[in-house]
Amino acid sequence: MSTLPSTPQSAESPATGTARVKRGMAEQLKGGVIMDVVDAEQAKIAEDAGAVAVMALERVPADIRKDGGVARMSDPNMIEEIIGAVSIPVMAKSRIGHFVEAQVLQSLGVDYIDESEVLTPADEVNHSDKFAFTTPFVCGATNLGEALRRIAEGAAMIRSKGEAGTGNVVEAVRHLRQIKNEIARLRGFDNNELYAAAKDLRAPYELVKEVAELGKLPVVLFSAGGVATPADAALMRQLGAEGVFVGSGIFKSGDPAKRAAAIVKATTFYDDPKVIADASRNLGEAMVGINCDTLPESERYANRGW
Amino acid sequence: MSDTPVIGVLALQGDVREHLIALASADALARPVRRPEELAEVDGLVIPGGESTTMSKLAVLFGMMEPLRERIRAGMPVYGTCAGMILLAEKILDPRSGQETAGGIDMIVRRNAFGRQNESFEAAVEVAGIDGGPVEGVFIRAPWVESVGAGAEVIAEHGGHIVAVRQRNVLATSFHPELTGDHRVHALFVDMVRAVK
Repeated sequence: MSTLPSTPQSAESPATGTARVKRGMAEQLKGGVIMDVVDAEQAKIAEDAGAVAVMALERVPADIRKDGGVARMSDPNMIEEIIGAVSIPVMAKSRIGHFVEAQVLQSLGVDYIDESEVLTPADEVNHSDKFAFTTPFVCGATNLGEALRRIAEGAAMIRSKGEAGTGNVVEAVRHLRQIKNEIARLRGFDNNELYAAAKDLRAPYELVKEVAELGKLPVVLFSAGGVATPADAALMRQLGAEGVFVGSGIFKSGDPAKRAAAIVKATTFYDDPKVIADASRNLGEAMVGINCDTLPESERYANRGW
Repeated sequence: MSDTPVIGVLALQGDVREHLIALASADALARPVRRPEELAEVDGLVIPGGESTTMSKLAVLFGMMEPLRERIRAGMPVYGTCAGMILLAEKILDPRSGQETAGGIDMIVRRNAFGRQNESFEAAVEVAGIDGGPVEGVFIRAPWVESVGAGAEVIAEHGGHIVAVRQRNVLATSFHPELTGDHRVHALFVDMVRAVK
């Protein structure tokens, strides 16, 4: 891991909202599953199944796709009910660039803010300044440059931008492979080449250099979008994701509690096909899913954000 | 090398990698442990930070809880950070239904006692038995210890609350030394493992 510079500290004045505390929070979620939930009852099912955190939102992405219209931050009442119902961390989504929604989420006490392309972007040029918040942010990325731009804005965790609400893991696989391949390529560069690489990646040189040295992002990397089965979750982990977000895949399936627990098991034993096989038995109906190549460009969430 | 201790990190969930790195830099052979047969091969164990409810469920589900209790009873050194501290407590003040612990330290812990993520903080912490000044304490949705029994020794406090405890071969901190470059707490634990090996 990157060892962040120490922050001036004393027993009398503890420092909140530091990079270490924000990134460190995501480190605690590693190896785990973060589940989308729309009410307190679902949140409890997720917690009982072994979720490491829940994402509170009004509609799961599959329904956002179906309903259309503008998708916004959830009702504070609903977020507070979920915070009250579980002891695991609660995340919630703001629109891209909608820093007031983020301020509201911070005031509600959510543990992580997802500045998410699943909601309708509020700003087509700027993402929120995430350094302005005590609450840490997770952001989506389709490639290394995008991930580093988000980190430069203060994101403390990165996830892929797989097509949420499709039940199709193909896009998340593409993003994870892309990020991994670009990091591997940087590893082989010498210092002269890193300046040009930073220019190509449209990312700050210091971050590019850090990634080249670490061989990984300086923050935790999760997979998100399209995971519907235990094997999907294990696939993402074998491709290098340090944990998995599952959205519609659980509560749009036949037996959410059982599927949720099965995905948790497969995420921990992602490299053990026997455990994944056992976890995959008799789960009932998976969500139906959408083929991403039939999605019109305008309905592709990964194109939102830059 | 025979006198290099082999120390496992319980790898069901959490910041396993950071502990592996910290242990290696404190001159231990560190390896992830997820199965009972892997637990049987190590001289000591670190239970990392993570979500205590998730870790406890997975430990029960994959048959790790009983072997872990047996090894702790038999004197294997264990060190738990944050969620790991909760798993080493004899009692949780506010457990989720069915949340089990392995035990090992006669203490009662309060989960998320320092608050939600917005209240997570860094502060310097003096730890008894660790020389060279305070350690950098990173507290993330951290628990504290409400009270300890006669056998447990309080080795650090912050803001009037107990944040590090040792009972014989079992060590627990509510903060995360593995997230800093300062590996003195891990070095202390490696010494504890060496002493019983």
